[in-house]
Amino acid sequence: MKCDIVLAGVGGQGILSIATVLGLAAIENNLYLKQAETHGMSQRGGAVQSYLRLSDQPIHSDLIPSGEAQLILSVEPLESLRYLSFLSEEGYVITNTTPYVNIPDYPDVEGVLKTIASLPHQVAIDAEFVAKESGNAKSSNMVMLGAASPFIDLPLESLEAAIRSIFARKGEEMVAVNLKAFHAGRSFAEQTLNH
Amino acid sequence: MTHKKLLLGVEAIGQGAIDGGISGVYAYPGTPSTEITEYIQENEVAIERNLHRQWSANEKTAMEAALGMSYAGKRTLVCMKHVGLNVAADVFMNIAVTGINGGMVIAVADDPSMHSSQNEQDSRYYGRFAMIPVLEPSDQQEAYDLTLAGLELSEKNGVPVMIRITTRLAHSRSGVLLMEKARMENPISLPSDPMQFVLLPANARRRYQNLLNQQDRFLELSEQSVFNKFEDGADRSLGIVCCGIAVNYFRENYPGVSPYPWVKISQYPLPENLLKQLESQVDEILVLEEGYPLVEEQLRGFFQRGKKILGRLDGTLPRAGELNPDLVASALHLEKPVGQELQSTLVNRPPALCKGCGHHDTYRALNEVMEEHGKGKVFSDIGCYTLGALPPYSSIYSCVDMGASVTMAKGAADAGLFPSVAVIGDSTFTHSGITGLLDAVNEQSNIVLIIGDNESISMTGGQDSSALGRIEAICEGVGVLPDHIHVLESLPKNHEILVGLLRQEIAYQGVSVIIPRRECIQKLARRKRN
Ligand SMILES: Cc1ncc(C[n+]2csc(CCOP(=O)(O)OP(=O)(O)O)c2C)c(N)n1
Repeated sequence: MKCDIVLAGVGGQGILSIATVLGLAAIENNLYLKQAETHGMSQRGGAVQSYLRLSDQPIHSDLIPSGEAQLILSVEPLESLRYLSFLSEEGYVITNTTPYVNIPDYPDVEGVLKTIASLPHQVAIDAEFVAKESGNAKSSNMVMLGAASPFIDLPLESLEAAIRSIFARKGEEMVAVNLKAFHAGRSFAEQTLNH
Repeated sequence: MTHKKLLLGVEAIGQGAIDGGISGVYAYPGTPSTEITEYIQENEVAIERNLHRQWSANEKTAMEAALGMSYAGKRTLVCMKHVGLNVAADVFMNIAVTGINGGMVIAVADDPSMHSSQNEQDSRYYGRFAMIPVLEPSDQQEAYDLTLAGLELSEKNGVPVMIRITTRLAHSRSGVLLMEKARMENPISLPSDPMQFVLLPANARRRYQNLLNQQDRFLELSEQSVFNKFEDGADRSLGIVCCGIAVNYFRENYPGVSPYPWVKISQYPLPENLLKQLESQVDEILVLEEGYPLVEEQLRGFFQRGKKILGRLDGTLPRAGELNPDLVASALHLEKPVGQELQSTLVNRPPALCKGCGHHDTYRALNEVMEEHGKGKVFSDIGCYTLGALPPYSSIYSCVDMGASVTMAKGAADAGLFPSVAVIGDSTFTHSGITGLLDAVNEQSNIVLIIGDNESISMTGGQDSSALGRIEAICEGVGVLPDHIHVLESLPKNHEILVGLLRQEIAYQGVSVIIPRRECIQKLARRKRN
């Protein structure tokens, strides 16, 4: 098993919560893991990324080499396009379609979504909408994780257990909402794949 | 007995220091070093033992306090980002000469590619300059192991030891095997030689000679270090020297066995014999190192009489910026996949001031007033407020080193520039602005100093500012006239008041300080959440 994922978003969107769940699930399955994060200046609303590498063999580099990532998992549409050079030919882009507009020259959203749609392998999902449907708009990151989960070779139970453990502090209700959001994202991706 | 924990490189250093029995960490925040101290601040054992773990006013005060703790026989860790070592350079160079008593590790985090920094200086040069051992971990496990080893090495040899890491190791997470229990702290014990720390010339010469005498020993320790190693390879056309994390980028390209012989360096001074062993077998040598071409220069020598050395100086690798697996692949002439490509170029998304941040209010008022005076007359400093250099404000014209806004404004005023305005943050002011303000007061320089007080060290994540609520008292203590110190809440509704104050104080001939104050909104939000 070897899975290289580029997580993308904007500083403040909390992509690291996704990385944390995947990390916990990986550890439970005795996988090796390296996860490089962006700290510092970019966290003030700049473009941020995290390189997450999982493998059953020791991992050397903290950074993913170009053209080797299986997934780009982005919580923002424009950001999903920033790291394409890392994606392998068969790799998938899984992205949220809700834009985060904090720059004056943010391009036309329709154009961005069209570019995403033209990629060979992609799943585009309105994570805010799906999250709201599941009971809490704030769980959109778990929707995104759910949408990416069919592409990551980790047992479903481990991912669920990891979600439970990171939200446990916030109470049973938060756990349930986030699990629901995760499953909604997962079904969306599975349906898209079957079409 | 050991157990495994998922840790960032910086956290591994913090854990290593706790397990190595430190009695205190001393630091001033700075990316990518900040989380070493934050990890210790939140660690259970550190709290239970009540290790010293508060932030210092700057890197110099941090290192000096650590020296005091070491003088008293206890082990310490000092942390900073690379440019912080410039601030601490005076004490740093001199403690190489005094030596230490309790073990002392100085963790310095470099930022090649300048993700969050003004430059990409390579701290290994400082280690060489001070002639002390430098450790450069290649991964999270070594960050932990070398912190433990560094404390031992330091205490046994009576010398401070530097651990140098770079951004990617600092902020990357991986599993680390930890000791079951932290070592006991040292008891208090004074240095056996009462003159050790007295660098009067006669004694300083003696101490310096002692440092020189130790150099052979440091070299021997590098030769024997388990963290430096030689691995053979069948193809002798090339040999590789990998320093620190560069070894991972090299091995990523040869996941099984390397065709070429290679050396891994994680302890300096450079192990001569190990490198000679490599050199004697190969035709050419490729040096892979994060930062400046320090090892490459040393291996080349001045006249370049030896074998050909490839690296950053001959263009095999870029001269600037951090390494990555792709750059190393191309230096090794390996064909690699290129990845998917996007036809159009993407707009950048640079960092920006948060919505609702008080610095907005300051820049809006400042721009309105400076409209009357023309561009180029506002000096600034380092912090969130530096983002005022970018659109939409484009208000400030300098960001050099912490504290420089005050003194540059003074110098420009000395030159006759009018008006001469400085914008600094509360933490940057207490870090290095106070002494500059004293210079300005002593000469009655015609400057207006704006201290954007968000009651927080925000750029590095919202640590507590060291002079909370006391900024105006400090200014008065330094000698600024009370009539020319103004504090106001930075809010849109106070816009006209701030504009008026700025006009009034620009008109005043002398030193004025205006302190727009409102808590950082990120810090406020965090406080409300917890
Ligand atoms: C010598 C040195 N030490 C540390 C840093 C890292 N650093 C950059 S900005 C900053 C915080 C500034 O805080 P403050 O002046 O209060 O401004 P704020 O970010 O809160 O607006 C720090 C610690 C640095 N650049 N140089």
